[in-house]
Amino acid sequence: MADSVPVPPLLPRPSWRHRAVVPGARRATGSDASQALPLSFCCRHRGCWARGARWILTFAPVSSWGHGASPRSLLPFTERGSALRASGEMWLLLLLPLCWAVEVKRPRGVSLTNHHFYDESKPFTCLDGSATIPFDQVNDDYCDCKDGSDEPGTAACPNGSFHCTNAGYKPLYIPSSRVNDGICDCCDGTDEYNSGIVCENTCKEKGRKERESLQQMAEVTREGFHLKKILIEEWKKAREEKQNKLTELQAGKKSLEDEVEMLRTVKEEAEKPEKEAKELHQKMWEEQQAASKAQKEQELAADAFQELDDDMDGMVSVAELQTHPELDTDGDGALSEGEAQAFLGGDTQTNAASFYDRVWAAIRDKYRSEALPTDLPESSAPDLTEPKEEQPPVLSPRTEEEGEEEEETEEEEEEEEEDDAEEAPPPLVPPQPASPVEDDKMPPYDEQTKALIDAAQEARNKFEEAERSLKDMEESIRNLEQEISFDFGPSGEFAYLYSQCYELATNEYVYRLCPFKLVSQKPKLGGSPTNLGTWGSWAGPDHDKFSAMRYEQGTGCWQGPNRSTTVRLVCGKDTVVTSTTEPSRCEYLMELMTPAACPEPPPELPAESDHDEL
Amino acid sequence: LVVISDPHIKIDPDYSVYAKAKEQGFFVRSPEGRNFEGICWPGLSSYLDFTNPKVREWYSGLFAFSVYQGSTDILFVWNDMNEPSVFRGPELTIQKNAIHHGNWEHRDLHNIYGFYQQMATAEGLIQRSKGKERPFVLTRSFFAGSQKYGAVWTGDNTADWSYLKISIPMLLTLSITGISFCGADVGGFIGNPEAELLVRWYQAGAYQPFFRGHATMNTKRREPWLFGEEHTRLIREAIRERYALLPYWYSLFYHAHMASKPVMRPLWVEFPDELETFGIEDEYMLGSALLVHPVTEPKATMVDVFLPGSNEVWYDSKTFAHWEGGCAVKIPVALDTIPVFQRGGSVVPTKTTTGKSTGWMTNAPYGLRVALSSKGSAVGELYLDDGHSFQYLHQKQFLHRKFSFCSGALINSCADERGQYPSRCVVERILVLGLRKKPSSVTTHSSDGKDQPVTFTYCTKTSTLSLEKLSLNIGADWKVHIN
Repeated sequence: MADSVPVPPLLPRPSWRHRAVVPGARRATGSDASQALPLSFCCRHRGCWARGARWILTFAPVSSWGHGASPRSLLPFTERGSALRASGEMWLLLLLPLCWAVEVKRPRGVSLTNHHFYDESKPFTCLDGSATIPFDQVNDDYCDCKDGSDEPGTAACPNGSFHCTNAGYKPLYIPSSRVNDGICDCCDGTDEYNSGIVCENTCKEKGRKERESLQQMAEVTREGFHLKKILIEEWKKAREEKQNKLTELQAGKKSLEDEVEMLRTVKEEAEKPEKEAKELHQKMWEEQQAASKAQKEQELAADAFQELDDDMDGMVSVAELQTHPELDTDGDGALSEGEAQAFLGGDTQTNAASFYDRVWAAIRDKYRSEALPTDLPESSAPDLTEPKEEQPPVLSPRTEEEGEEEEETEEEEEEEEEDDAEEAPPPLVPPQPASPVEDDKMPPYDEQTKALIDAAQEARNKFEEAERSLKDMEESIRNLEQEISFDFGPSGEFAYLYSQCYELATNEYVYRLCPFKLVSQKPKLGGSPTNLGTWGSWAGPDHDKFSAMRYEQGTGCWQGPNRSTTVRLVCGKDTVVTSTTEPSRCEYLMELMTPAACPEPPPELPAESDHDEL
Repeated sequence: LVVISDPHIKIDPDYSVYAKAKEQGFFVRSPEGRNFEGICWPGLSSYLDFTNPKVREWYSGLFAFSVYQGSTDILFVWNDMNEPSVFRGPELTIQKNAIHHGNWEHRDLHNIYGFYQQMATAEGLIQRSKGKERPFVLTRSFFAGSQKYGAVWTGDNTADWSYLKISIPMLLTLSITGISFCGADVGGFIGNPEAELLVRWYQAGAYQPFFRGHATMNTKRREPWLFGEEHTRLIREAIRERYALLPYWYSLFYHAHMASKPVMRPLWVEFPDELETFGIEDEYMLGSALLVHPVTEPKATMVDVFLPGSNEVWYDSKTFAHWEGGCAVKIPVALDTIPVFQRGGSVVPTKTTTGKSTGWMTNAPYGLRVALSSKGSAVGELYLDDGHSFQYLHQKQFLHRKFSFCSGALINSCADERGQYPSRCVVERILVLGLRKKPSSVTTHSSDGKDQPVTFTYCTKTSTLSLEKLSLNIGADWKVHIN
């Protein structure tokens, strides 16, 4: 928020009004009383201050409950608390008839342990020894001591402490700036004696609740600790078993390694003849392919030659070539004499042999047969190296009888007729490669090769299987080694959390803790989980290292650090994630309840131990 | 409570502010005549045209209690992003040819756009209190005259020592342009300050006019209590020093308000004849009485402080050690040291008790720190009013007191007879620095003629006289005689 110099925000002024009059009151008593404050005001406050503000009386030492070592007072009584005093006394007498009680007079805000420093009959020396002042300057709302010890019952010293007895509950020190600030800080309400606020005394109720929860906690700790001992025993056994298993595996590993090596040799031995046989087969097939391709080309060329040789004179002339305008090379749509002559290598005509040798290669891609329909360009076109660019991808495979144009119109018609014709190829099906003729496929291996392949495959399978088993075994060994050497706490009590996961659902997310592995957060409304950190280390303070775990290097935050999580371990009977928070951006805090975190409960106290202290 | 109100309005027909502004044509327009649209915090937004008086009037009205549902009388406003900032815009602002009221292009009035928003906001806050309460409006964009409408901070700085260092020249520049109420984000807006930097920044910020810790949401938590007890204590102490000095700050701001005197001043403002001061930007004057040299280096054990003025005496504000002016001195510093020096010849009013808020401290007693000049005299003053309303203006409800020390007598007299403000506050403590001899007696004289002896302590080592537990009303005429 803004700084408040020129326009201080309108904050309530809870206590100054009251506090500020006290110095005036004190000074009025010290001087001849002609101060600015109205008389009635002064009197009222002098009265309050003299009887109520500066002193409190308590019975001591009496302890009502708890394990506290020092005796504590039970019943402060002040002006406004006189009724309380009467009933309190009775309560005291009823409950603890054997106890004795004395009145201890001490300045407001002073604890019973410190009361002897505040002796009314002597000048007061600040607790830090910094100054000695007349006793009437104690609690006079003016700060004389550097340590604030002269104003335990007012807000005058910035570093002062006010002591509440909180009879029935726990005594408490609060910063003295909270005295008379309009907020009840002490359950006995003694911090608000002059602010106009009436504080209810809630100590008894709080004490009862505290006792209950302490009792409950003691119960939980006892049972939890019992479970912890079982967990420790279980881990001892499990660890031993795992150790044995590990030794066993380690022993078995060597023979498995040998087996893998042996099988590798067998496999390699079997693969050699297999490879040779396969290569031979492949080579033979490729040679056959090449021969048949050459023969086809020759046939095509011969057919073309025959077609071109219009006068059947056994020669193809320039004029005969010119009847095929599709052979045009300069793009003018006609094959000129020169162009035709160029095909013929400058000659005017060519015979069948030199046509195949010199001309066919140059014209074969463009040449269109005169015979319609023809299968020549289609079936011969698939040159292994050349993709069929001219084929539009939307077209369905064409039948051999159909020409391009016919096919297209027919297809459109089919579409218009709706798609129910069963034979009609569905539109927009990507073209299949031109159906390979039988020769395109390599013929099956012969029996001998097949046998070799089968043998090699069997060797491979055996080898791979053995190798897999070895890998599995190595993995098991690694996992066991890791688990056995893991720091599961002083006695391995946390081992049982290993390989478990615990979840906590909040409004938006499901948080998942897999101890010693990772923490994640998954949105309830779908979406992938976010990694909140993977196992880092134990992270408790030095004296209590196993009270917290740290998970680090989770998913990075936008413009921020990698997510990380601290898991606090608290004692409980069950193992359950009880809360998750994000105290700082992308730094999560999780609480895991587990019996493994239960401390050894203190030996049970005899029932009447409180009385023994007295 | 300070809430942010930015100039961009989310484009959302269901958002009443957007719908009304659109209906009335209150947005900046694109050259094609449509409402300009740009991306800012809420996503696609249009920008209110604050250069239009009608838009300002309408915007001011939005702060009325009846319109601003759920707002209370402790609500104040912060205008952010009002350069105006447009994410992914050209130069991260509105395009230069966008059209404003009166067909002015954005290029012509870009620099004054934010000023007009702050003007409208301040006016809105005054109106919502029916003219009774002073507004508080913090702005990031400002122009000549913005001091009339509120405070300015230096924008998004970085948690780095160099940014701490340049906060001083930046604020001095702002101050001499008339914008006295200025500050830099304590701790640095971007990044994570180490504990030492944070402490030093709180210490520096405590002596700068606008004092606020602030950081982007992408930083680690950095509340003062998160850096260990010792650092918490040091930060608390720095804040306490500031709160103790608030009466002095407030009086300086009175003069900034009345006469445009900067609160934070380059040394040359006070020492215009001394050339050495012209280039100094690592220290400055707070008013005419205090010289501040914040520590802005890591692991510093010493700072070089220039104490100007050959006829001056300077007193360390904590140890009360003193130096002759006109020389550079090496001041040893620990992590709890904020080098602050009081000029001889000045009286600085303080609060002797600091509390959790200025409201809580309203009736806390005063102290006066009298630092004697080489001639044994000193003057100072205190301005005081209710701290929040316009009654100082309309009903002349203020106190303006003058303190002068001369010939062994400290006199509290009225500096402005027009003002009257009942205060229950007393001067409780008076420190006189540089008193060469231990006095034989000290007496107070009130206007009704009563004289009273006062107990005192005198420290020979530091030549300091300390009067405690006084009860002299701050608003009354009185004298303290030191014999």
